[in-house]
Amino acid sequence: MSAAERTEPLPAWSLPAGAEKGIELAVEWPAEISREWAWGGSTGRGVRVCILDSGIEPDHSSVGPLAGAVAVVRGEDGEITIEPDEEGDLCGHGTACAGIVRSLAPECELFSVRVLGAGYTGSGPVLVAGLRYAIENGFDVVNMSLSTTKRDLAESLHELADLAYFQKTMLIASAHNLPVESFPWRFASVLSVGSHDRAEPLDFFYNPEPPVEFFARGVDIDVAWLQGSSLRCTGNSFATPHMTGICALVLGSHPELTPFQLKSVLYLTATNMIGLR
Amino acid sequence: MTGDDLRAAVAAGVLRSEEGHRELLRSIVEVARAIFHARAASIFLLDEERDELVFEAIAGEGSDSLVGTRFPSSTGIAGWVLVTRQPLVLDDVSEDPRFAKDAAEATGFVPKGLMAVPLLHEERALGVLEVLDRPARPGAALEDVELLGLFAAQAAIALDLLQAARRARTALEGSGADLETVARLAAAIDGLEDEQRAVGLELLASLDKLLGNESRAAGPPGSPVPRP
Repeated sequence: MSAAERTEPLPAWSLPAGAEKGIELAVEWPAEISREWAWGGSTGRGVRVCILDSGIEPDHSSVGPLAGAVAVVRGEDGEITIEPDEEGDLCGHGTACAGIVRSLAPECELFSVRVLGAGYTGSGPVLVAGLRYAIENGFDVVNMSLSTTKRDLAESLHELADLAYFQKTMLIASAHNLPVESFPWRFASVLSVGSHDRAEPLDFFYNPEPPVEFFARGVDIDVAWLQGSSLRCTGNSFATPHMTGICALVLGSHPELTPFQLKSVLYLTATNMIGLR
Repeated sequence: MTGDDLRAAVAAGVLRSEEGHRELLRSIVEVARAIFHARAASIFLLDEERDELVFEAIAGEGSDSLVGTRFPSSTGIAGWVLVTRQPLVLDDVSEDPRFAKDAAEATGFVPKGLMAVPLLHEERALGVLEVLDRPARPGAALEDVELLGLFAAQAAIALDLLQAARRARTALEGSGADLETVARLAAAIDGLEDEQRAVGLELLASLDKLLGNESRAAGPPGSPVPRP
């Protein structure tokens, strides 16, 4: 019985005697979770993916149509507003991420939330506002190839990350190897990504020694860039959209999965899972 | 001015601030270029007050005359790296027409590839270091990013120290001739041989005592006795 089929809501914090039947879980899980079960035949159709980045160049041949694009704008008085994005991509990176996701999940819906362009000074509040917008709009997956070192934003980001986790929005964020603390990739409710240097886009590894949870393809990747061009790139910020694309594939096959379940499926189908290959 | 400010200001007095800053930036880009056998390396620092990136130094190919050029702090590749705190390695960048134009304006030449890393110290992002046109080392891309990150961390610590000294020097200059005199005195004592230095410090302690700061003359926190 799914949550939607329950007739009476459960109490928030406990499971009363006799209520077990109300939370019976779906029985369709196979004895062994395979990649074929996880995303076989999926194109990401029906999955709404948000790219929180520098914007996305519209009509790039490697990206295709966008479902929407907004910019988080900070006025001179510091007020933050969400506006339709008329400028596209201010750097090229958002377009690159969108192209990677599209290459893995060709039929997912791609949406751009631009959080770059408000200057360095305004970047923290803009990032928080952009993430809040993405969560409030119920995207299934949010790609965040970015982080902040500002401690005073950590609490807001942590609250948003947990909110996303419990309302079925999977946040996927780039880890980095620089010796400073940064957020939100370190939060357990976020799926954090580092790089491996293999060439197969569907190769990904679960890291038994977090905080970086998964390693995905992040070296020498041909990506879409500005004005219809393409570049070859390396970095965790390109590994991240690989995990985003893979998540879109899994959710295309199994839209009911929560972030906890989705992470579990990824763990069970990781390239380093013993016996998989 | 607090005791901390005073100590910082006096410390700044013994640093060759402006000259030292230029030397450090030059050294950072020279070493970055040498480590990666690159065609050039350059550094952009963040001017927080104006919210702009400033092109501060270049080693190798490129034009020194462009030093001082300013850019909005969150556009282009350097802006992305600064705001997102993420290192990037890009090849074939000359294929991107907008980048080619920006690069030519910034450095005087268009590189084929670049590595860019944020200069981070604690919570602060100080700027962006770029290494341009390093020879490809197949299979070593992640190693290069790791190495660049380590080097950038060291560079950021040095820059942070120097910027603190610069800020203190600004405070010093804004405080009038009296503090400048104290700082000059501190610098002079700092430059003495050990024995003379001890005598100089003793003299200052006596002077402090004479001026009515007996309880602080031994040099506890907040003491105005310059001990750079």
